[in-house]
Amino acid sequence: MSDTATVAPSVRKAGRWVFVSGIVLLCVWTLLPIYLLMVNALSTPEEVNGFPKSFIPSFDLSSLRFFLEFEGVLNALWNSIRVAVVTMILSIGFGAPAGYALSRFDFPGKEVFRFLVVMTRAFPLPLLALPLAVMFLRVGLDDSVLGLALVHTTLALPFAVLITYSLFSGIPFELEEAAFTLGCTRFQAFRKVVLPLAAPGIAASAVFAFVISWNEVFAAAVLTIKNRTLTAFLMQSLDWSPLHLKFAGAAALVLPALIFIFAVRKYLFAMWGIANR
Amino acid sequence: MAEIQIKGVAKSFGAFTALHSVDMTISDREFMVLLGASGCGKTTLLRIIAGLETPTKGEVWIGGRRVDHLPPKERGIAMVFQNYAVFPHLTVFENIAFGLRMQKMPQAEVQRRVHRCAELMHIEQLLKRYSGQLSGGQRQRVAVARALAMEPEVILMDEPLSNLDALLRLEMRSELKGVLAESKTTAIYVTHDQVEAMSLADRISVMNGGHIVQSADPVEVYRNPAARFVAGFIGNPPMNFLPAEKVGSGRYRVAGTDVAGPDTDTRIDYAIRPEDLTLAEPGQGLAATIRVVEPLGAHTLVTCDVDGASFRAVIDSDSRVNPGDRLSLAPMADRVRWFDKETGLSVQ
Ligand SMILES: Nc1ncnc2c1ncn2[C@@H]1O[C@H](COP(=O)(O)OP(=O)(O)OP(=O)(O)O)[C@@H](O)[C@H]1O
Ligand SMILES: [Mg+2]
Repeated sequence: MSDTATVAPSVRKAGRWVFVSGIVLLCVWTLLPIYLLMVNALSTPEEVNGFPKSFIPSFDLSSLRFFLEFEGVLNALWNSIRVAVVTMILSIGFGAPAGYALSRFDFPGKEVFRFLVVMTRAFPLPLLALPLAVMFLRVGLDDSVLGLALVHTTLALPFAVLITYSLFSGIPFELEEAAFTLGCTRFQAFRKVVLPLAAPGIAASAVFAFVISWNEVFAAAVLTIKNRTLTAFLMQSLDWSPLHLKFAGAAALVLPALIFIFAVRKYLFAMWGIANR
Repeated sequence: MAEIQIKGVAKSFGAFTALHSVDMTISDREFMVLLGASGCGKTTLLRIIAGLETPTKGEVWIGGRRVDHLPPKERGIAMVFQNYAVFPHLTVFENIAFGLRMQKMPQAEVQRRVHRCAELMHIEQLLKRYSGQLSGGQRQRVAVARALAMEPEVILMDEPLSNLDALLRLEMRSELKGVLAESKTTAIYVTHDQVEAMSLADRISVMNGGHIVQSADPVEVYRNPAARFVAGFIGNPPMNFLPAEKVGSGRYRVAGTDVAGPDTDTRIDYAIRPEDLTLAEPGQGLAATIRVVEPLGAHTLVTCDVDGASFRAVIDSDSRVNPGDRLSLAPMADRVRWFDKETGLSVQ
């Protein structure tokens, strides 16, 4: 301790300075846009459109009210929620069993399977969206909540698989074996031992899937016409809608995502280690 | 009735063979102790009996029923895991009650059994805690209590007391033996502790490298080891070995003395336990030069050189001996054993 302090105080000081400024830069980078967004969302339409801008919001809700009363917004919001919920259910419904299988069983092609799961993220969405749109038209899934949720599930599923995989891997199989010897079937052991231990992490990965769907815009814009989600609706109305509407809409999109991510941050940070005890 | 029969059970993990065709019968209500060096396959054998591992070959029978295709819950067993496997999301009480709840046992009976087992293991005051709030030894006792509460026909215990202090272990040991005898349970008990093995076992099975080398009552295993491995593994300090040179029919030369031995043509080693030696007049018995003297209270352990080999003897603690002294050690003739140099098997 003492020699590091005496060896090179100037170097240490410089290092600290770099460290602190790095942190400040990162904070500004992420927080400033959010702050400006909130300021504008909470200002009157006149203030938003006027020029000398204030850094202090006037806490006026007229922009937000205007946004909520805007034709189609509530409908889009409702669509967003429905798509995100279906995405969440599908991702966990398929992702958690896959994660469990990956962590508990040895089967031929396991490594390949794991690789393929990650690989799905290698296809850019625009590449997928157009053929999908055509296919959906054929099977009648176009412009539907389920159709879009299916696409969002392909985006969220790899994360669901990998998060639950690490989650289950953190729960010793021996606990399940103990349950077997105490009279459980495989399914009972899962329900009584693994699920309670994994539940918080599974909830976190469900929320993560929700947020992925909530924020997704490209597929939503391509695959829906009448039943637009909020992101697609805002993008569509980008050209002609007034500035304060955009800000209020952006705030409505960012806020739930922020809150959710904040709520599950522990699990996203601890994604590769068991986080509950 | 829960007799366990293991017939030709073998287990391979890929190219590695953990068990080579094990045959073993544990009679109803018997307390069988499995003893063997780390990695010799004790846990693997237990897991196969429990149904947590599928044997590569062979059959497992419990109580006259072939069980090797049955899931663990249908085998009438309970198991104490080497790493405890206490459920972290349940209190100690609920851990012990887990198996009983699976059987849908009435609450009053659950209460009664949990309290009885907790009392037995001295963990009554911990019933409300979670496993994260327990020490290793306490967790281990929860694991034992959880298995006992099941009142199974067969209990499989994988080093269940390894993490307790000497005093507590002594106490738990006798409690376990008492309660299992009373409940007429057939038990298989894995341990590294020879004293524990000796004191608990109706029968000891010594394993080495995936084989059962000897299966006999404790005194027999101690007195008449079936193989050199057993002789060296059991007993503290272990048996002494000296090379023997055949000089005639049934006559051998060992460390410069003439000894009568078995009449065989194979090359054999002479073996004697350290406590089966007495001090003799110079010129009689084995000539030894003391290297180390370790007073142990009741006895004194001396490590000597006999004919260039290291050799231990337990002598009376009143004998005043010092390193460098020369001794004559006379073996008790009926305690001498002989082992084949190549196969390591006992030769009569
Ligand atoms: N799942 C497995 N895959 C591969 N090898 C294994 C597996 N389980 C056990 N083994 C090997 O089988 C051998 C026997 O293991 P086992 O756990 O039965 O030993 P043990 O006698 O219980 O040892 P210890 O006293 O250290 O607990 C060991 O060499 C071990 O490395
Ligand atoms: Mg073991």
